[in-house]
Amino acid sequence: MSNVLVVSEISEGAIKGATFTAVTFANEAAKRSGGNVQLLAIGSGIGEAAGELAKYGAAVHVADDAALANPLAEAYAKVIKAGAEAAGATVVVMAATSHGKDVMPRAAALLGAGMASDILGFAGDEGFAVRRPVQAGNVIATVEITTDTKVITTRPTEFDAAQPGDAGEVKALSVDLGGLKTEYVKFDKIESERPELTEARVVISGGRGLKEAGNFPALIEPLADKLNAGIGASRAVVDAGWVPNDMQVGQTGKVVAPELYFAIGISGAIQHVAGMKGSKTIVAINKDPDAPIFQIADYGLVADLFKVVPELIEKL
Amino acid sequence: MKILVTVKRVTDYERKVKIAPDGSGLVTDGMNFVANPFDEIAVEEALRLAKAHGGEVVVASIGSKDATQQIRQGLAMGANRGILVLSDELDPDAVARLLQKIVEDEQPDLVIMGKQATDDDANQAGQLLAGYLDWPQATFASKTAALDSDEEKAQKPGVEVADGHATVLREVDGGLETLKLKLPAIVTTDLRLNHPRFASLPGIMKAKKKEVKEIAVDSLGVDVSAKVRTVKYAEPPERQAGVKVEDVDELLGKLKNEAKVL
Ligand SMILES: Cc1cc2nc3c(=O)[nH]c(=O)nc-3n(C[C@H](O)[C@H](O)[C@H](O)COP(=O)(O)OP(=O)(O)OC[C@H]3O[C@@H](n4cnc5c(N)ncnc54)[C@H](O)[C@@H]3O)c2cc1C
Ligand SMILES: Nc1ncnc2c1ncn2[C@@H]1O[C@H](COP(=O)(O)O)[C@@H](O)[C@H]1O
Repeated sequence: MSNVLVVSEISEGAIKGATFTAVTFANEAAKRSGGNVQLLAIGSGIGEAAGELAKYGAAVHVADDAALANPLAEAYAKVIKAGAEAAGATVVVMAATSHGKDVMPRAAALLGAGMASDILGFAGDEGFAVRRPVQAGNVIATVEITTDTKVITTRPTEFDAAQPGDAGEVKALSVDLGGLKTEYVKFDKIESERPELTEARVVISGGRGLKEAGNFPALIEPLADKLNAGIGASRAVVDAGWVPNDMQVGQTGKVVAPELYFAIGISGAIQHVAGMKGSKTIVAINKDPDAPIFQIADYGLVADLFKVVPELIEKL
Repeated sequence: MKILVTVKRVTDYERKVKIAPDGSGLVTDGMNFVANPFDEIAVEEALRLAKAHGGEVVVASIGSKDATQQIRQGLAMGANRGILVLSDELDPDAVARLLQKIVEDEQPDLVIMGKQATDDDANQAGQLLAGYLDWPQATFASKTAALDSDEEKAQKPGVEVADGHATVLREVDGGLETLKLKLPAIVTTDLRLNHPRFASLPGIMKAKKKEVKEIAVDSLGVDVSAKVRTVKYAEPPERQAGVKVEDVDELLGKLKNEAKVL
């Protein structure tokens, strides 16, 4: 059999949106392999989410176990291996979220499978070659996985969310999780009322040009409020501790592709651009007319941000 | 305690690499090469841990003879000795299985690696190695103290080691997660773990006398044929160059009427 298994991501009982983007890739992969799409639900007390996931494939394999309450790579990789075997899967897919990035290579090792990370899509109309960004997105590589079983993480911004259909079978999956050497200590969640950065229609990002931490709440937040936007940042300001780590947009942070992206006081280093150049419309506000961000911005405003951002907030 | 750190020689991340006209490869002639920045953070963390707890730091790299430079950089920062597995460019899976051999030979308590190489952007080797060894892993290691804090200036390690365990703060979507790993374990670094030190002149002098053991890849008995093969390299789609607007009113006008996003 050559089925496709999608590893879903469930957090506090809710299915993460990125999961459905991975399903879209899986649907295409299943067409090519001649198999079906099945899903894997991992967690503790996840019956409801599993029922929902069943609508996205021929079956959902449910590993519901107290030992899986938290996303430990050591435990989850074992479940993914068992799930791939139960599903008769030769393609195992997960969205390239921080959890997907953490667990999937480990699962690939257990499966003896080659893995392609953070892929953008298939390379041609048939076959299994996939495209992925390398060199901070400056190069797109076409890669072939040579092993029978293929492990893939998909870049969520590159795929639309799949739509539900008829519910498939729900099957329990039990995995021996004895002897774990990882203990989950705690999760310090960043509480935020804002739309999630990777799913927001508008993203406002601030950089070192903002000068100090206090200017995020003073300038970026009111602008984001006006546009119901998610907030992002360059590495420089995350390193400076002005905003939480999880707001870094870029090669080594989050990849976003909103309808509208504002880069405010951001120079446009390739590592930053790698995370936002898929945005539909890009606005750059920077006082330096030669800042590289202007090379990719649809609309560039050469100005002092301290003058124009308040004006923008007022006029919106 | 013994710490193994991995350092990959990569193309300078500040420069754009060129693609061969036929798309068969990248043109690296004349490029500047550096240690992968995440690996510098790994070396720094290892040095801090060794200072705090005593022990040895071994730097390993897999690559051409030229990777000796990046190993020497780690030695100049203060690591004790180096291991170079001489090979062609390999995929992360082959790297992980070669590292598995090194680990079995060296028996470190902790392996610290970068989360991602800035050339292949794979973000795989650490997790693969942890999977092959069946060791616990903590990827994307960070710390609560800011990079401009006194704690950082005092060069305190971010990874806490005590009673045969390592406690690691991780950068994940939506917040920060803390894991406690039973040693031996694998940690991969994120950007906020530390500011790596520069090699001092005396450090560079001393490094010249430190041992770098060279191992031929064939002698390790690992099948290094690629599980993932790159068949083509291409430019990403170019974004159309945009326009400069004069003022806020013009910007808002364009966003409303032209881009239709407001
Ligand atoms: C391994 C590695 C990984 C990295 N990953 C990432 C990543 O994922 N994401 C990321 O963002 N970076 C990343 N970086 C860092 C990246 O190279 C840049 O250093 C960073 O993006 C710069 O941030 P910045 O644009 O805010 O700061 P700067 O480059 O300092 O730019 C500040 C800008 O603000 C402008 N400005 C100043 N004052 C004003 C004003 N009053 N009004 C208007 N404009 C003003 C300036 O003209 C300047 O262009 C990475 C680097 C490395 C080495
Ligand atoms: N050839 C190599 N030599 C030494 N370390 C490597 C090599 N390839 C990968 N690594 C390590 O694995 C990490 C992740 O690499 P990658 O999976 O390729 O993104 C890097 O930061 C290095 O620490």
